[in-house]
Formats: sequence, structure tokens, C-alpha cells
Amino acid sequence: MKKKHQPLLRNSGFQALIASLFCILLGLLIGYIVLLFINPNGAWKAITTVVKNFLYYPRPNKQLQYLGDTMVKTAPLLMCSLSILFAYKVGLFNIGAAGQYVMGAGASLYCALAWHMPWYICLLAAIVAGAFWGSLSGLLKAYCNVNEVISCIMLNWIGLYLINILLTTVKEVASPYTLELAGYSPGSMLPNLGLNTLFNNSKYVTIAIPLSILMAVFIWILLSKTKFGFELRATGLNKEAARYCGMKEKYNIIITMAISGALAGMGAALLFLTGFEKWSCTQSSVPAMGFNGIAAGFLGGLHPIGAIFSSYFIQHITNGGAYVDKTMFSAQISDLISAIIIYLCAFVFFLKQFFTGVANHREEKRAGKTNEKMGGEKQ
Amino acid sequence: MGETYAVEMLNITKRFPGIVANDDITLRLKKGEIHALLGENGAGKSTLMSVLFGLYQAEEGVIKKDGNVVQIRDPNDANDLGIGMVHQHFKLVDCFTVLDNIILGVEPCKLGFLQKKEAREKVVALSEKYGLFINPDMKIEEITVGMQQRTEILKMLYRDNEILIFDEPTAVLTPQEINELMKIMRNLAAEGKSILFISHKLAEIMAVSDRCTVLRKGKCVGTVNTAETSFEELSAMMVGRSVNFKVDKEDREPGDVILDIRNMTVASKSHKNNAVKNVSIKVRAGEIVCIAGIDGNGQTEFVHGLTGLEPLVSGQIFLNGEDITHDSIRQRSTGGISHIPEDRHKHGLVLDYSLEYNLVLQRYFESQFTNGIGFLRRGEIRKYADKLIEQYDIRSGEGPVTIARSMSGGNQQKAIVAREIDRDPDLLIAVQPTRGLDVGAIEYIHKQIVKQRDAGKGVLLVSLELDEVLDVSDRILVMYEGEIVGQLDAKNATAEELGLYMAGARREEIDQ
Repeated sequence: MKKKHQPLLRNSGFQALIASLFCILLGLLIGYIVLLFINPNGAWKAITTVVKNFLYYPRPNKQLQYLGDTMVKTAPLLMCSLSILFAYKVGLFNIGAAGQYVMGAGASLYCALAWHMPWYICLLAAIVAGAFWGSLSGLLKAYCNVNEVISCIMLNWIGLYLINILLTTVKEVASPYTLELAGYSPGSMLPNLGLNTLFNNSKYVTIAIPLSILMAVFIWILLSKTKFGFELRATGLNKEAARYCGMKEKYNIIITMAISGALAGMGAALLFLTGFEKWSCTQSSVPAMGFNGIAAGFLGGLHPIGAIFSSYFIQHITNGGAYVDKTMFSAQISDLISAIIIYLCAFVFFLKQFFTGVANHREEKRAGKTNEKMGGEKQ
Repeated sequence: MGETYAVEMLNITKRFPGIVANDDITLRLKKGEIHALLGENGAGKSTLMSVLFGLYQAEEGVIKKDGNVVQIRDPNDANDLGIGMVHQHFKLVDCFTVLDNIILGVEPCKLGFLQKKEAREKVVALSEKYGLFINPDMKIEEITVGMQQRTEILKMLYRDNEILIFDEPTAVLTPQEINELMKIMRNLAAEGKSILFISHKLAEIMAVSDRCTVLRKGKCVGTVNTAETSFEELSAMMVGRSVNFKVDKEDREPGDVILDIRNMTVASKSHKNNAVKNVSIKVRAGEIVCIAGIDGNGQTEFVHGLTGLEPLVSGQIFLNGEDITHDSIRQRSTGGISHIPEDRHKHGLVLDYSLEYNLVLQRYFESQFTNGIGFLRRGEIRKYADKLIEQYDIRSGEGPVTIARSMSGGNQQKAIVAREIDRDPDLLIAVQPTRGLDVGAIEYIHKQIVKQRDAGKGVLLVSLELDEVLDVSDRILVMYEGEIVGQLDAKNATAEELGLYMAGARREEIDQ
């Protein structure tokens, strides 16, 4: 098969990589400047701490263990970013990943703590709950033309309070947190298949990590190699053309939102079924995981494989922020730095457009010359 | 200085990349006259008016107002010079009242408070003076299209405009409303306003205008006094007698009926009337049937109804004797209908997909291209794409992996034609298949269409180009305001005759 040379600037993989790296550097720089304003003495140390994360610990054992912790939280983030980029490829903005994540958390924890179901049933329950919640937005969009962003935001809140009510039945008496998973339903914990030994016997490292990476590969294959993905992407790129060639646009919207929701719901199960976190039944804001997924999706260039790395990176600096010297900076400073980088991630998209624009401009110049020779043809 | 002109556009030339939209056009508008501007689609009418209204800048030529050269850089300049325009699609705020819409942008204020009372008196006075009946307190969404148009006219009058441009004002009106509008225009002219009236409906031009300037393919054909001309002369001027090239085509006896449409009615998206009214058409094997007509007379909706993109209000469609009225788009397409769509960017292509993917857009689900568990056979797709590219001579930068967006319009259209024809359909629907293409590509596509007909397929061609209609088709049906008003044999038909039907000046009962 012959492959013609394509301008490097136009290669979308290259564009995404450069743009993402640029955003990361710019984000760190701005974060550093903010730190300088607050306390010039500790700024450099703080920013290096954020970037180092688990390397903060001098002993390799500890390093491995905290690398494990970072990866435990990367798995759900990756699932949320897959959820968002999947919908985005079909032209839908699933800001409801957060709510679908909440539904997944509620369903998996309730199955585990109230019914002591085995882990795979809990996982399945989370997937179904997330898919159901996502398909509600899809149905509203397909049949009532309700903008999915609006319905998603509303469903986020409805989901949060529903799950708070549901999980109150399985919470500890003296605290707002749900019961200890390891104590009450050890069979519902995700198995680790010995993976924990790689990370200094970290309690929380389970099959969640490889499972999420497998899902990324699965989504990549689904989108790029199958008939189903062909249809979904065509619908996303040109809804009218998809309709013209007989694709079922409404069905595609609903199924996309359902799959997107299933991914987010599964993400929640991959975190809560490790026992790493417990659900607080009094929380009054939707977990940030779903929203961070938007940033991770964009930083990863909206590519499932890119999302693996971007999700890890975002989780890396979020965890790293926790080690910043609290005597010099307030506790929230870590959130601030990661937020700056996350917000800059949105620029990945603009940078990609910018690169394409440059490539187009060059091509137009060239085409202009050849057109003159050929007499020119109207577009 | 014998006569006084309100506006003179002298030797206006406006170029767009690859096309001269206005080539040395001169238009003189006398004070107090109704001056019609006639021409086919793409003749340059809208461009010329946009130059006058300040939306475009002409490369050459000058504009004079009352004998003085003026610069019109944007619509505000035009407004200051007293030039107002009623656009084809009204620019009104639906949830505001008529009065609010009229004063919008020039609200009379005192200390920041609206002085609606003054405005209201002025509007009422104007509406009485010119016979423009409106209710200033009704909301736009509650009133008829005719009343909305009167609101637009009052907007111009409220701003004391002297020169009024009407861009195809009758397109959305009922016959009664059209008569009403004609009366209003005459009133306005009698009161000293100068009117430019853009239209391609000959009857209206003959009825209301004093003079008429005809444009064709960006050039000015001439200006005539309406009283001294005729339908025939105007339509000849509009379409031109010259034919660029002839399509080689032998006579053929049509075979069995392939497509049978009975009493099809399709709703319109832009107005409340039906766009297609009770249309019955038959297409036989080995026959090219052409739907001719001026843009916006229901052709688009007709094709959408036929291909399943829009639901029918009523009627039935039979393909090879089978009722496909309730079939999905996919069922119709696999059942033997190929469709070269009117808008290749909107419907015909996924512009950000590669050429090879676009070439299988109608077939990707067939077992040739998708295996049993839903994976695309990418090798097969590539092979098929290579075959079509070679066979139909589709040129692109990188072959099958070229992104469709980066291809030239002609090659994009060739790709669509290749895709649709290679499916070996029973019925080929080609809508405006050569729009915006150069002569070489047009010839090529015409040949392909004739080849389909010679292979015994039914071909339904929808075209706005008179040359194409006359050269390619066997039988011509003229669509006017959603109805078939005439049927002609392409061999004997003349452009003049066709023009009369297309402009609604003649109609006959068709028995299909």
C-alpha cells in the first residue's frame, strides 16, 4: 500500500500531542507564577512537588505504593474521559458523565452493601445504571429535541440526591459515609489477581486499572474499525449526510448516550469497589470526576489512547498537589494548580484548529498556483 | 442632465474567486419608478443588490445618488442615503409587536425613556398614507406573512427611505397578498418613492414595473420599457438562446413504469402552505424525466418526500409496482433508488471522512464491506474505492485517503455520481447534478446520466438550468408553486416556451 507524504502539521495525532504538551507546560508555568505571587520562597519547591507526586517519597517502596494510589484514581477518570470523548465523536456533549458516574457509584455500592452481591454483579449494576441515566438524555434529545447539556446538568443533580437517599440505608451509624466495603462485603471487592504485589502490596490496586485501559482500547477499536463506529462518527460529523444515506440518527443518539453513560457508570464502580473511597451521603455537590473527564478527554486529543495518558497526567498532578507544603500555601493550592492546567486543556482544541489553519493556509497558497495553471475550477 | 435618476449603478464589476458575479453592469433607477430586475438563479441579481446595500464592495464601477458619487461601505451608509431593503427572509423579532419591530434601532427616546406615543402616531400616519394595513400592537408571530411584509415596508418608510429594494417579495405570499403588494408598490411609486423589484416571475414584472433590466450569467442583457415588451421577449432575454454544447443522445422507447408517484403532498418548512401539492409523476425505464422550474417552487421538498428525508402529508409512491410510501430512507435506497442530492456538502458527503469512506457511504453495511461481527473490511473498501476512482476518473491529492473536504467541487460531485451510479439503481434521482461545476465536469456528468438511461434505468432529473433541462431530458415537467403546470417533449420544447411555464404565465392540466 502506498502512502503519500502528509504535512506533519496536518497529522491529527501529531497536532494533539504537541498541543497537549504545550498546554501542560503553559499550565505549569502559570501555576508557578501564581505561586510566586503568594509566596516566592516556596514556589519552586511547591511546583516541583506537584510534578513529582509520588517521587516525593524517598524510598522506592513508598514510591510504588503511591504510584499505585494515583493509578487507582486514574481508572475512573479514564472511564469518564472515554465517556465524554465517545459522545463527543458523535456530536454530543455529555456533561452528564458526572451524574452517570454518581448513578454507577450508587448502584454498585448498594448491590455490594445491601445485597452482598459478587463484584461482577456490582460492576454490571453500575454499567446498567449509568447507561440508563445516559439514555434518558439521549431519549430527550432524540424525541423532544431537548439539548443534551441542559438535561444532563439537571439529571446530574437528580442523580446525586437520589443516590444520597439510597445509600443512606447502608451508611455507618455515626458518620455520613457508607459502610466499610472490606468488612461488610469482601466478595464485592474487585479482585487484584496479584497486581497489588507490584505496588508494594497496595490494598487498592485491582483489576480496575488494566480493565480501564482495556476499555480505552475497546472504544478505540469500536470507533475506528467497526461499522457501528463508522455510523456513529458519520452522524457526528454530518448529521444530514448520515440521514441521507439511511442511518438512524435518533437511534444513534440514544445508543451513544447509553454507551457514554455506561462508561461513566463503570468508572464509578472501578473506584468504589476497590474500597479506596466511601460515598458520603451528605455531599451536596456532584463529584468532580465526571467534569475532570472533560478535561482529560480534550487533553488526550479526543483519542481513546491519548485519554489513557492524559487521565494519568491529570490524576498525577492532582495527587501531587496534596504534598505541597501546607505551612507556606493553603491546602487549596493544589486544586488551584491542577485546575489551571485542566482549564488550559480546553486550549488543545483551539491549538489543533490553529495548526490545521496554518496547514490550510499553506495548501491554499500551493493550490492557488496550480489552479492558475489548470484554469481554475469553482468550488 | 435630461432625466433625474434616484440611483445610478455604473459599470459595476464584482468578482468572487473563480467567478465574475457582476460583469460591467449598469442600472439606472429613475425617481418614482418601479424598476424590475430579472434574471435566473446565479445571474447576479442578489450580488448587485448587495453592492447597492453595502454588503459587498464592487471592484469596479461607481454608484451615484441624485447625480453625486457616493461610497456605500456598509448597510448603515445605505440607510443614511435613504436606501432600504425588504429581504426575502424577513428580519423581524417574532415576540415583539409590529410597532416595536418598526422602531427597533431608531427608538425615539427622551432621557433614556422610550417615547412610543410619537412613534405610534408616525407609524399610523404612514400606514394610512400608503394603504398599509397593520395592527401595531399585534406580535409578529401572531400575524400573517403578508402583514409581516407590510411591517418590513413600514420599517423602511419609518426611516424615511426614498429608495426601496424588494428582494423576491412575492415568494412567500398567496395570490391575494401578491395583488395587495402590487397595489402598495404602485402607491409608493405614486408618492415619489423609487422601487427596485427583484423577481424572476414574469407576470408580476409585466404587471407592476415601468422598466426592467435583465441579467444573465453576471452580464447585463439590457433594459427595456415594460409597456413595449412581451413575455416572450423577456423570457428570451432571461435565459438566452445560445446553447453551449449539445448532449449526444439517441432516441429510445421508454419501457415499464419504474416510479409512480400518486398525489404527493409535502409540507413546507419555511411557510405554512404545502410546498408540494398533489403531484403525480410517472418515470419509465430508459427515460429521463426532468422537473424544471425556478428555485423554491417545491422541487427540494418533492425530492425529499420521494427519498424519505421528509414525511408526506398525503399520497403514495410506487417503485417497480411496490408501495414504498412508508419505507425508510435505507429501505428505499437498497430497494433501488439512487439519489444525487442537491447540496453535496450538506447531504452528499461527510466532508471530514476520507474519499474511500465517502464512496461506500451507501454500501458500508453490505457484507462486501462489513464482516459478520460488525468490523469494516478495510481492505475491500480500499479496493472498491480504487476501482471507482479509476473508473470515474476522480482526481484528488492522496487517492482514497484524501479527506473529501480538500477535493475540488467537480471531483466531489464525481465521487457522489460514481457512488450513486455504481450501485446499479433502478431509479436515479439527480438533483442539480452540475451546479457550480465547470464545463468539462458538466459534460461528463451529463454523459453518465444519459448512459444510465440507455442502460434501461429510470432517471429523474431536477434542474434549474434551462440548457440542462432541454439538452439532457426526454420529457420535461414544469413545477410551479408546488404543482406540475406543464409537460413538454424535450425535442420540440423551446426555452421561451419553458420560460413561460416556469414563470407561471402559462399552465395546462396534466394527466399522468
